Amino acid sequence: MKRSPLALVARAASLVALIALAGCGGKGGEEKIVIGEYGSITGTDATFGGSTRDGVAVAWDELAASGGKIGGLNVAAITPEDDEGKAEEAATAVQKIVNQDQAVAVIGEVASSRSLAAAPICQNAGVPMISPSSTNPKVTQAGDYIFRVCFLDDFQGWVMANFTANNLKLKKVAILWDVKSDYSKGLKDYFATAFKGMGGTIVGDQSYSSGDQDFRAQLTALKAKNPQAIFVPGYYTEAGLIARQARETGFKGPLLGGDGWESSKLIEIGGDAMNGCYYSNHWALDAPDSNLQHFVAEYKKKFNGSEPDAIAGLAYDATRILFAAMNKLATDDPKTFAGLSSKNAGTDLRKQATAKLRDEIAQTKDYPGATGKITIDPNRNASKPAVVIEIKDGKKMFNTTTYPQNTAS
Amino acid sequence: MSEFLQQLVNGITWGSVYALIALGYTMVYGILRLINFAHGDIYMLGAFFGYFLARWLAPMAMPSGPEAIVVLLVSMLGAGAVGFLIERLAYKPVRRSSRLAALITAIGVSLLLENGGILLFGPDPKFFPQIIPAHQFHLGAGVTISNQQVIVIVVSLVLMLGLRFIVLYTRVGKAMRAVSYSHTAAALMGISVDRIITFTFVLGSMLAAAAGVLVAVQNPKIDPLMGIMPGLKAFVAAVLGGIGNIPGAVLGGLVMGIAEVMVVGYLSPTWRDAIAFILLIAILLFRPAGILGRNTAEKV
Repeated sequence: MKRSPLALVARAASLVALIALAGCGGKGGEEKIVIGEYGSITGTDATFGGSTRDGVAVAWDELAASGGKIGGLNVAAITPEDDEGKAEEAATAVQKIVNQDQAVAVIGEVASSRSLAAAPICQNAGVPMISPSSTNPKVTQAGDYIFRVCFLDDFQGWVMANFTANNLKLKKVAILWDVKSDYSKGLKDYFATAFKGMGGTIVGDQSYSSGDQDFRAQLTALKAKNPQAIFVPGYYTEAGLIARQARETGFKGPLLGGDGWESSKLIEIGGDAMNGCYYSNHWALDAPDSNLQHFVAEYKKKFNGSEPDAIAGLAYDATRILFAAMNKLATDDPKTFAGLSSKNAGTDLRKQATAKLRDEIAQTKDYPGATGKITIDPNRNASKPAVVIEIKDGKKMFNTTTYPQNTAS
Repeated sequence: MSEFLQQLVNGITWGSVYALIALGYTMVYGILRLINFAHGDIYMLGAFFGYFLARWLAPMAMPSGPEAIVVLLVSMLGAGAVGFLIERLAYKPVRRSSRLAALITAIGVSLLLENGGILLFGPDPKFFPQIIPAHQFHLGAGVTISNQQVIVIVVSLVLMLGLRFIVLYTRVGKAMRAVSYSHTAAALMGISVDRIITFTFVLGSMLAAAAGVLVAVQNPKIDPLMGIMPGLKAFVAAVLGGIGNIPGAVLGGLVMGIAEVMVVGYLSPTWRDAIAFILLIAILLFRPAGILGRNTAEKV
C-alpha cells in the first residue's frame, strides 16, 4: 500500500495531539484554582520568605480543614517560588507563576524592592497581587491589580517620629540607613520629614549596604554628632549587628527601627545591645485580640510551638482576604467565578474572572485580620493602626498603639 | 582629631583581616600563578567551623580564653583540610592544562562552596556564639578600642610573623620560595613540587579560616555568602601590595582597610565598595606590579 504524504501528516498531527493530551492529562483533568506565592525562602533575609510561607500555610490548612473548596472548585496547595532575596529573581519567579502555573492571584513579597520588581508583571497579566508586608508607597502605585494588607512607610515613619518626639521626648536623632533598599530609603525620608515637623533635628545621616558586617566607621562618625537616638530603618540582620557595634562605640541611647526589625533573629544577633530599643510593628504578640490569638494558637499547633512573627500574620491575613474575595465572587457571580478554573487558562473568560476578583479584593472592608481590622482604601492600601514595641530584657513588649490620623494619605 | 584616630583604629582592625585573607591569595599566586577565587569561601568555612565548634564546646556560650584558642586552632585545621581536598580534587587534575582552565575551576569551586554552604548550613544568617565578650579600653583622647579589636590585630600579627618565619627560616619555606621561582628547577633539586603546592594551599586556607573566626567573634553574624565581598577586596589588596609578594599583601590589606573606613567616615558609605576597585584600577594603571612588587619581564 502506498501512503500518501497527506495521510502521513495527518498521522503525525494526531500523534502530536495525543502527546499533548497525555501531557496535560494529569493536571488539566481536574479543575482547580491555582494561587501563586513568591518570597525569599533563601537569602540574607530568609526569615521573611519563610514566615510568609508559614502564614500562608496556616490559612490554607484552615481552608483544607473545611473541604479545601471555594465555589465548588478545589484550591491547589500554595507552593512558594523562591526569589533568593533578589529583585531580578522575584521577577522571574512571578513570570513563572503567572505564565506557567497560570495562577489567578499572587501572594508576595515582603521586601518592597522585590514587590516592585514583580508588580508590573502581575499588572500586565491582569492577575491580582496582594503583598502581605511591603510598606513602601510605590508598591501599589504599580497598577490597579496590586494590593497590600499592611500599613505604609509614610504612616510608619510618622508613628516613629511621633513616638520619638512625644513619648521619648528626644530632640536630636541620627539616621543610619541601607542604600540598597527602597524600603529603608523611603522610611528614612518619611521619618526625617515628620520628625523635623515636630521640632526635632536630624544631626547625622549615614548609610550602609545590606550584607555589610562592619558599621563601626559609620557609627564613629555618627557618635561624634552626639545624637540622643539613632534611627535604623533597615532589616533585622543588620540592625542586630549595628546595635552591638553602637554599644561598643559607647553609644547608650535607644536605637529606633521599623517593621523590618520584626524577626526572632533580631534579639539573637543583637543580644543585650537591643535592650531599650524601640520599633514600629504590625502587631504585638501579647495583645489580647481574639483574631490574633486564634492565629497564634493555630500557628503554634502547626509549627511545634514556635511563635509567629508579624510577617507570618500578615501573610495569613493576605491569604484569608483573597479567600474571602473568592468566596464572595463565588456566591455573587458563580458564572464569572467558574472562569478562575485551571481549564480556562489563557481565555477571555479567565481575564473577566480575575478582573472581577480584583474588584472583590478592592471592596474589602473592616476585615477582622490577625493584624487588626483591615480596610482596603481606594489606593489599594490597607488602613490600620501600628504598634510600637519596646525591647526589654531580651523580650519584645507592647508599648503603644497609634491609629492613622488622616485616612486620606 | 579623636574621631580620626578612632577611625584609624577601626581601619587597622579591618585591614588586618584583609591582610590575613590576602596572604592566601598571594602565596598561591606566587607558587602557581593561580588566582584562587574560592579563597573567600574558605574564609566563610572557617567562620562556620568556628560556629559549630563553639556551640559544641560551650552550648551555653560560657566564654573562656582557652576555649577560644581551641576554636581558632581547630577551625584553622578544618579549613586546612578543606584546602587540601580542594587542591587535590579540583586544581591538581587541571594543573597541566591552560591557566584559564584553572581559573574557571577556581570559580567553580567558589560557587560550589557558596551553594553547598547554603544547602548544608541553611541560607539564613547564624548567630556566632560570644566566646569572648566585648570590653572597651579607653586609649585617651576619646579613642576606644575593644578587646575583640585588640585580639584581631594581635592574632593577625602573630600569624603573619609565623608565616614569615616559615617562609624565610624553615626548609619547607625555602622549598616554597624555590618552587615559586621555577617548578622545573625546584623539581630537579629534589623538591616534591606537588607536596609544596599542597602545603601552600593548606597554609593559606588556615590563615583565611583564622580571619573568618576573628571577624565572626567581632561581628557575630555569619552566612554562607559572607566570603564573597571580603574575598574580592582581599584579592584587590593582594594586587595592591604586589601579588606574589608576602609583605605586599599585608601592606595592601592595611591600606585597603584604612582607605575603606576613611571613605565611609568622611566621604560617603556608598563609596565603600567602589574604593576597592578604584584602587585596583589606579594601581593597574600606574604601578601594575603593585606597591612592593617588582616588575619582571615575562617571556611570551
